Amino acid sequence: MAVVEVRDLRKEFGDVVAVDGVDLRSEEGEFLVLLGPSGCGKTTLLRMIAGLEQPTEGEIRIGDEDVSRLPPRARRIAMVFQSYALYPHMTVANNIAFPLKAQGMDSEERNQKVEWAAGLFGIERLLQRRPRQLSGGERQRVALARALVREPTVFLLDEPLSNLDAKLRAAARDDLMEFQRRIGITTIYVTHDQVEAMGMGDRIAVMDHGKIRQLGTPEEVYHHPADVFVAQFLGSPPMNLLETAGFLFGFRPEQFLPEGVAADEGTRVPFTFHVNRIEYLGSERFLYGFIREYDETRVIAMLPATVTLPISIDQDHKFSVAKDQLRFFDYDDGVKIAPQPLMR
Amino acid sequence: MTSTTTRPPRYLGDNPRFLAGLFMSPAVIYIIALVGFPFVLAIIYAFTDISTGNPDLEFVGWATFRRVLADPVFRGALWNTFLFAVLANVLVVILATALAEILIRDFKGKWLVRFLVLLPWVAPVSLATITWLWTLDSIFSPIDWVLRQVGVITENVYWLGRPGTAMTSVIAVQAWRIVPLAAVIVLAGLIAIPKDINDAVAVDGAGFWRKMFQVTIPLLAPIIAVAVLFGVILTISDMSVVYVLTRGGPTNSTQVLSTWAFIKGIEGGALAQGAAVALFLLPVLIGITAVVLRLARRREVL
Amino acid sequence: MTDTTTWAETDVGALQRQADRRHRWGRIGLYSGATLFAFLAAFPFSWALISMFKQSNDLYVKENNPFWFNEAPTLEHLRLLFLETNYLTFIRNTVLVGLAVTAITLAISLPAAYALARLRLRWGERMGIAIFLVYLIPPTLLFIPMTRVITSLGLQESLLSLILVYPTITIPISSWLLMGFFKGIPMDIEEQAMVDGHSRMGAIARVVLPLMFPGIIAVVVFAFTLSSHEFIYALAFNKSSAVKTIATGVPTELVRGDVFFWQSLQGAVIMIAVPIALLFNAFLDRFISGFTMGAVKG
Repeated sequence: MAVVEVRDLRKEFGDVVAVDGVDLRSEEGEFLVLLGPSGCGKTTLLRMIAGLEQPTEGEIRIGDEDVSRLPPRARRIAMVFQSYALYPHMTVANNIAFPLKAQGMDSEERNQKVEWAAGLFGIERLLQRRPRQLSGGERQRVALARALVREPTVFLLDEPLSNLDAKLRAAARDDLMEFQRRIGITTIYVTHDQVEAMGMGDRIAVMDHGKIRQLGTPEEVYHHPADVFVAQFLGSPPMNLLETAGFLFGFRPEQFLPEGVAADEGTRVPFTFHVNRIEYLGSERFLYGFIREYDETRVIAMLPATVTLPISIDQDHKFSVAKDQLRFFDYDDGVKIAPQPLMR
Repeated sequence: MTSTTTRPPRYLGDNPRFLAGLFMSPAVIYIIALVGFPFVLAIIYAFTDISTGNPDLEFVGWATFRRVLADPVFRGALWNTFLFAVLANVLVVILATALAEILIRDFKGKWLVRFLVLLPWVAPVSLATITWLWTLDSIFSPIDWVLRQVGVITENVYWLGRPGTAMTSVIAVQAWRIVPLAAVIVLAGLIAIPKDINDAVAVDGAGFWRKMFQVTIPLLAPIIAVAVLFGVILTISDMSVVYVLTRGGPTNSTQVLSTWAFIKGIEGGALAQGAAVALFLLPVLIGITAVVLRLARRREVL
Repeated sequence: MTDTTTWAETDVGALQRQADRRHRWGRIGLYSGATLFAFLAAFPFSWALISMFKQSNDLYVKENNPFWFNEAPTLEHLRLLFLETNYLTFIRNTVLVGLAVTAITLAISLPAAYALARLRLRWGERMGIAIFLVYLIPPTLLFIPMTRVITSLGLQESLLSLILVYPTITIPISSWLLMGFFKGIPMDIEEQAMVDGHSRMGAIARVVLPLMFPGIIAVVVFAFTLSSHEFIYALAFNKSSAVKTIATGVPTELVRGDVFFWQSLQGAVIMIAVPIALLFNAFLDRFISGFTMGAVKG
């Protein structure tokens, strides 16, 4: 097990800056998620850690050793690609044994290791098959078994669930987490899916335009976003943002409740919410509309199914947000600022 | 701080720049030594009067070109090269497009048909041409035999013995052997047409001819251009058909640049004149090169 | 029919009959077209197939039906071909040249194609096009200086001359073809092998090359095809029959002056052409996909 650390890491492809001065340090045995929209540099960052890209500037350390100029094979890492990259001309057993052969392990020990790794993922019966004879879920397990068979110090995953259908994805997520907890290996996981990130990560690094915008636990990045980008990237629907005298403030749709529903009436900030449209989704209701007091800014409210209060459309309603659930951001650069008084 | 050059990895074998140089250089060296060098030599030869009897490089300016140009056989060969290339390739385009349209469909015995139509192309050119040498024989030609039986002729045609029929034969045999290649290229283009387009045409109710001329052929135009490209290069540069069939005869009436360069330069030993004759292919090739480059830029084909 | 015809007014039965008629004529056109092409393409070969078994006093009679055996068929001319001519030497030479050219071509174009497809060279695309353009320079332009080069190297009248020169034709086209095949192999797989503990060379050898098998086959076929087809260099460099290939040997050795070994000649052609055509027919679909692979992913 080892700690991964990158210092002032930078990668340029011609004129394009893919990774723009990133500092990041994982904890021992941590599940660290790199989250961001496509093109934010998260995959490039992962590939630099793996040694598949050479950084333009900066340093990469694995287990307190500078590995910046080492090739992938010397970094004692394992990586699972989005496509799983199983070797199509080899059986599952040979796929799993492949990294061991590279180490020059003798065949008896190799077989034991393959059995062990296959047992870990319950794929013993697939060992003699070829990759094209496997289902998507089976392929993922083979890829994981191959990655872990030589007990790497760091485990890198590049959107390993995005090729699975929705049902399988939930199960695969459980497997992956359970397994990571059991082995306790430092894991860096790249995804653009915030549900995966929130559900799996010990910490999440939210990236945009080659920079890390915020690094924190799922609670921190969700409830205390460092800037407007993080606030709007996380959460579905995203945080509502309103503009007022010289700054921005926002609140989560689920915090925006009709009068009489919330308990702490005294400490809440009231708004007049004109509802245009209602989406009924079973477990919750989405209300689309605008707020009268703030230039008719469009906002969304999310009411859990437990709130059965009837809401009529094309009418004004009294809604409110708890004072401590309001978040404040600088008007110019969108960075989080201290709570401001709301004047009207 | 602002340097944008990526630091090289620790081991040489992991450095892509080093590997690229290592991997490319054999090909580049081979091509420069055995294509680039002879190419330059060909141009140099054309300005000397080198021959097998006089192997010294003595520059004579344009004298060799003037001698070559003054020769009526050369002027005839130049015209024939052009004429054969144009006529053969017109035939090739029409026949190859039709053949590709047939081969893309499913029918009984397709395997056999494909095998038979491939024969002219995959058989070595000189051997394929030999079968025609006998088929067009002055006495025993089976074509003449049939024509005699039907009563169209009473005396044999002497296909390769008279200028007009000899030229027709050469053009026909050239087209005959290039059609399969061109058809395969067009077939590749037909396969690449998205199925959606064919479905849309079917739903729109277009008939065969309308579909052919308003949808298929416009879509195929770039790939037909590629087929023509190969066809033109083959007809102007390959000498085996003419050499085996007529050796440029009768009385040089089917002489083309490639056979004339060979007869002058190798069989006659006049290396400088042979090189000069061959160099007349260069402008045509440069023109073709320009077309290829434009096609490659468009990145639809090639 | 005009655009204003409504569905209710349409005579569905008539449309159906029209469609059937179109279909029937379409099939008739298809079969007659296919037959015509097959006939035109194969005519001289099919006739050679008959002639090779004909007795001389059958073949050389002007009035005899050339499409049928007027005398009993004979194997005499095939015997002559194999035992009293250099036909087998020509075939052996062609195979030897083909093998050597294949080896040289693969050794040089595999690395070049890999570099062009994978190493993200700044001048990669231009280099690829330049290599393809070399293929367009025909032997006709080069054979005269090339003959001098071969002579000064002392390689005339030997198979080495052809082995040295043919790769100038196969390397450009093979590099181009193989580049397409390399691009068809996912980058992930190669990177995975590097993460799994192999060097780039190791990854290429263990993972990429096994997947390149179809491309390598294409190069082998191409090198052998060239060795059996190429005419001008073979004619210019080698004049003694011991070092001729089938392309030059058959036309020059079996047609000598006025003495034609016609039946043997026809046999020689058929026995080369038919196996090659069978091979190509079997691989045609692969070749087409190889051709378009270079195109689509180029």
